[in-house]
Amino acid sequence: MTVDTPLAPGAARRRRARGTTSLTRSSGLGLGIALTWFSLLVLIPLSLIVIQSIDGGWETFRQTLTNPQTAAALRLTVTQALIVTAINVVMGTLIAWVLVRDRFPGKRVLEVVIDIPFALPTIVAGLVLLSLYGPDSPLGVNVANTERSVFLALLFVTLPFVVRTVQPVLMELDRDVEEAAASLGASRFTTVRRIILPSLVPAITAGAALSFARGISEYGSLVLLSGNLPNKTEVASVRILTYIENGNEAAAASVATILLLVALAAIILLQVISKWVARRG
Amino acid sequence: MASRRAQPRTVGTYARRLLVIGYLFLLVIWPVALVVQKTFEGGLDNLQTALSDPVVTDALQLTVVVALWAVAINTVFGVGISLLLVRYEFRGRGILSALIDLPLSVSPVVVGLALLLAYGGTNGTFGPALEDIGLQVAFATPGIIMATAFVSLPLVIREVVPVLHEIGTEQEQAATSLGAGPWQTFWRITLPSIKWALVYGVVLSLARALGEFGAVKIISGNVAQQTQTATLVVEQKYQDFEQGSAYATSFLLALIAVAALVVVTILRPKDDSDGD
Repeated sequence: MTVDTPLAPGAARRRRARGTTSLTRSSGLGLGIALTWFSLLVLIPLSLIVIQSIDGGWETFRQTLTNPQTAAALRLTVTQALIVTAINVVMGTLIAWVLVRDRFPGKRVLEVVIDIPFALPTIVAGLVLLSLYGPDSPLGVNVANTERSVFLALLFVTLPFVVRTVQPVLMELDRDVEEAAASLGASRFTTVRRIILPSLVPAITAGAALSFARGISEYGSLVLLSGNLPNKTEVASVRILTYIENGNEAAAASVATILLLVALAAIILLQVISKWVARRG
Repeated sequence: MASRRAQPRTVGTYARRLLVIGYLFLLVIWPVALVVQKTFEGGLDNLQTALSDPVVTDALQLTVVVALWAVAINTVFGVGISLLLVRYEFRGRGILSALIDLPLSVSPVVVGLALLLAYGGTNGTFGPALEDIGLQVAFATPGIIMATAFVSLPLVIREVVPVLHEIGTEQEQAATSLGAGPWQTFWRITLPSIKWALVYGVVLSLARALGEFGAVKIISGNVAQQTQTATLVVEQKYQDFEQGSAYATSFLLALIAVAALVVVTILRPKDDSDGD
């Protein structure tokens, strides 16, 4: 965060060395325009959700959350997002490792494959998964309209996050340090645990936070796949949509606020974990 | 780089490689291939049916217009904000930099609801006032553009900011000291060095913009041939048991997204010698 208190001379020097300057008149104007647009597009509308949910009063908030169907949807969403994030932490790191350290023909193809879930429209992602894991599955696996379908859809759409945050860090990692550790008698396992993993942890947690936030907010890929069965495969986003369609904007805002808070809590928690691990080394 | 020596291959190398390829094959490659296969099951019939259906073509047209607007806005805004965040010092810079990522963590449905609360025609905060001056945002194209711009907002910034940090300011300062104005410095020094990051960011934004579904579903009103975008058509066609058209429209959307990605992956110079 920016430090606004008077700076020590050393800090001022460091700043200038990084090449930042204070605002000129034209850049100030640019900042003003950019902030206005950002506020009109993102900040004000999102604040209105929080205001709306407070406006409805504590009673609306409590009623919405104790509605069994909404509670079930929130529980399902958070549980599945947690499981998927845990899998992404392991598989994402492994995929990044293979993409950076291994060499084999067709590796560039995998690079594109990683980005597909991000680039594919979510409704198409649902359709795509339905074709392999739906009623006409050539594998004979049909997860449509079950809890598994939520899991599968989230796993698909969150695939790129951990991979794409870990990959650049792994590329920058100095291999000499690993070799030094090995030559000093460290086993491969020790090298991975003591040298490689600690430097990857901040990137892994950042990726995990993005993946969890995306997981709890997913909507499009579930529409065709999960069937949105109340108390079974209905996720939080679908609850919000139902409330909006019923004209109950206060209840919709309450669930939306909960989602925003859970995402925020996850991001803060993961940052704390990351700092803690980094300090222990 | 000197340290990039080939690592000795062990059983573990092959096991990891196999596991990763298998995982990606089952999760991404095979399912995507099946949609392509289903699109062309009856030759070109599905595509022809879809493309001669005015509901589909109108939606595709709207999607393209909306995506171009949203990407243009995000590109200008993204480059501007990136420069401000990296090159200037101002109060609240850290908070702004954290808030920029917010749209990535917000559910599309929440985005739609937020925009509806702000710009809804009857009880939105700004909606009625804007309609008095003749600008309808919700349930019209401006609202769809805003929803699309919202969800793809951080993508250009996330690509450009690290590169701006990395290139530093020496060249820009040299240009300024040789008498170049701010615009000249930007066009001739800064822009060429962030070119690839910008292109990648724009392609990701474009893919995201073409594919937005949840936010658009709420703010657009989903009226066929008026405010229905391509992704909304996919849902409707699938639910109306016109699966051929659903697959064909999906295929077109996926084709644009994947083609853009492939082109960038091929064009982008391999600055790190990790390729094969």
